[in-house]
Amino acid sequence: MEYILQMKNISKTFGEVAALRDVNFAVGTNEIVGLLGDNGAGKSTLVKLITGYHHPDPGGEIFWKGEKVDRLSVSKARDLGIEVVYQERALADLQSLWRNIFMGRELSNRLGMLDEKSMIRETRKLMSTAMGFTSAAVSPDSTVGTFSGGERQGVAITRALFFEAELIILDEPTMGLSISETRKCLDFVNGIKQAGKSAIFIDHNIVHVYPVADRIVVLDRGTVAGQFMKGELKFDELIDRLTTLAQTGHLENTHSKAR
Amino acid sequence: MNPVHNIERPLSPAKERGFLMRMFRKYALQIAIVFVAVGLWIFFFWRSPLTWGSYDIYNSLMTTTPYFALMAIPLTLVVVAKEIDLSFGSVMAWGMAAFSVVFIPLKETNPQLGVYLGFLACLAAGLFAGWLNGFIVVKLGIPSLVTTIGTQFFWRGVVLVVTNGQGLGMTAVKDTILYKLFVGRLFGLIPAQFLWTIGFAVVVWFFLNHHKFGAHVYLVGDNVDSARLMGVDVERTKIATFAIVGLAAAFAGFVVSEQILFLWPTLGEGYLLNTLASVFLGGTSVFGGTGTVFGTFVAAFIIAIINPGIVSAGWTAYWTQLIYGFIIVLSVALQSILRRRLT
Repeated sequence: MEYILQMKNISKTFGEVAALRDVNFAVGTNEIVGLLGDNGAGKSTLVKLITGYHHPDPGGEIFWKGEKVDRLSVSKARDLGIEVVYQERALADLQSLWRNIFMGRELSNRLGMLDEKSMIRETRKLMSTAMGFTSAAVSPDSTVGTFSGGERQGVAITRALFFEAELIILDEPTMGLSISETRKCLDFVNGIKQAGKSAIFIDHNIVHVYPVADRIVVLDRGTVAGQFMKGELKFDELIDRLTTLAQTGHLENTHSKAR
Repeated sequence: MNPVHNIERPLSPAKERGFLMRMFRKYALQIAIVFVAVGLWIFFFWRSPLTWGSYDIYNSLMTTTPYFALMAIPLTLVVVAKEIDLSFGSVMAWGMAAFSVVFIPLKETNPQLGVYLGFLACLAAGLFAGWLNGFIVVKLGIPSLVTTIGTQFFWRGVVLVVTNGQGLGMTAVKDTILYKLFVGRLFGLIPAQFLWTIGFAVVVWFFLNHHKFGAHVYLVGDNVDSARLMGVDVERTKIATFAIVGLAAAFAGFVVSEQILFLWPTLGEGYLLNTLASVFLGGTSVFGGTGTVFGTFVAAFIIAIINPGIVSAGWTAYWTQLIYGFIIVLSVALQSILRRRLT
């Protein structure tokens, strides 16, 4: 398998606390990786290393499309095509849809004057294709504050896709969403797959991760406790194993069959 | 071929109503503010047709309203960006203090040159004062409310020290083009400063609505974290809004001094409330992220007609402040309700 991102022997200590210990983690090209783990397992630390917000301890290596990346920074990560979709902080509620889609990357001429026509046209196109908004009540001029949680998440994901992100990191995208909104949001994750891009889907709800992920990586107390290809395990088996993990701190290896 | 397909169908009534509704929602606050302005004007006209039926009152409004409208227009940007500036009154005087420093040495030898150079010094001083506000707010992370209360006192203090508390005659400006340009009368009727205010409003409106800078001002005021994550230069945007207010304040100070041909060290005192009231009455949200230059412009004239309106209606001017307060609170409350109902 070709990897878009590989992280080898990654450790991260904050003072005395080891948030990550010798983690090996990879995301394949056009692969959706579900990242599971309890609070404090090291999920957000891992994400912050990928986005260049933190740097790994010496010895850890990060590869992007097979090439080693030294000193990954936030702007460098973005240039490579790594986008994070945060839940609450993603959108400017009082602004129109098209202004949100083009936030920080407005189309303009050399003098900085906005090319509103093109931005509205692109937004309308994205609405009917990627976002799947069909309601007549929503137009590119609608304020995003009036959208439901799932729609807002869709806008944020569509925005990342539109700007050619290669690896999209979804940080707990279903948090606080209703059942139907969650379904909508998961549809958007499927959209990432169809667009040929990769994603890391972080959640602690296995129910949400399982249907959309190709592979599930379980983090526990700073290490990778195990990983499963989706075909390998049935949903119930996965639940059993995660329960065991929570109780014992050990995850049965996929290859040594438990039953 | 079926020709029916080629006929453009008119919008269905429901769709058309939807479109009108959307337009109405989008511009509800602007429409409301125009109604308030017209309503007040009709009321005052009814109370005193003699005053409001003659040209004099409009001449006087067009002469004096620009003094604070010129500052209220860019202040809208600062408030949209979720900041506040209270120092512009002192910056008006500080700009003119810089003017006097350059002008006085040249007063005897070449007064005209002194005026021109002084005018440039005035604008530069204002720009610097505004930039400094932004710098302190952004780089040192001090809330703008506190920062600009501090700089308000500071610049007033500088003015008093520099001028030694003395006024300065400005008759020399009458011999320069700047006098005609800024406070002359078009066709002998329309004060130039009124035209400048309209021009300035159009320019600021254009940049706020159709330029990257304005787009970033809205985003910064709406959701600063998101704007930063999406690559908006939050710091530069905020500093720019403060700098523009400083520049406009210095310019307004120059216009006032030109009009009365005298520079008072107390210049700018008494403009604070009018200016802030124009911005808030105009529909710019205290919570950032929304606001229009058009609203501020119309609101400045609403604020301006209240005082003469009250006096011409035969009441004492003591009512002015009460009605200012009432109108401001009422309009802000109405905006809040409108916004909740319409979004």
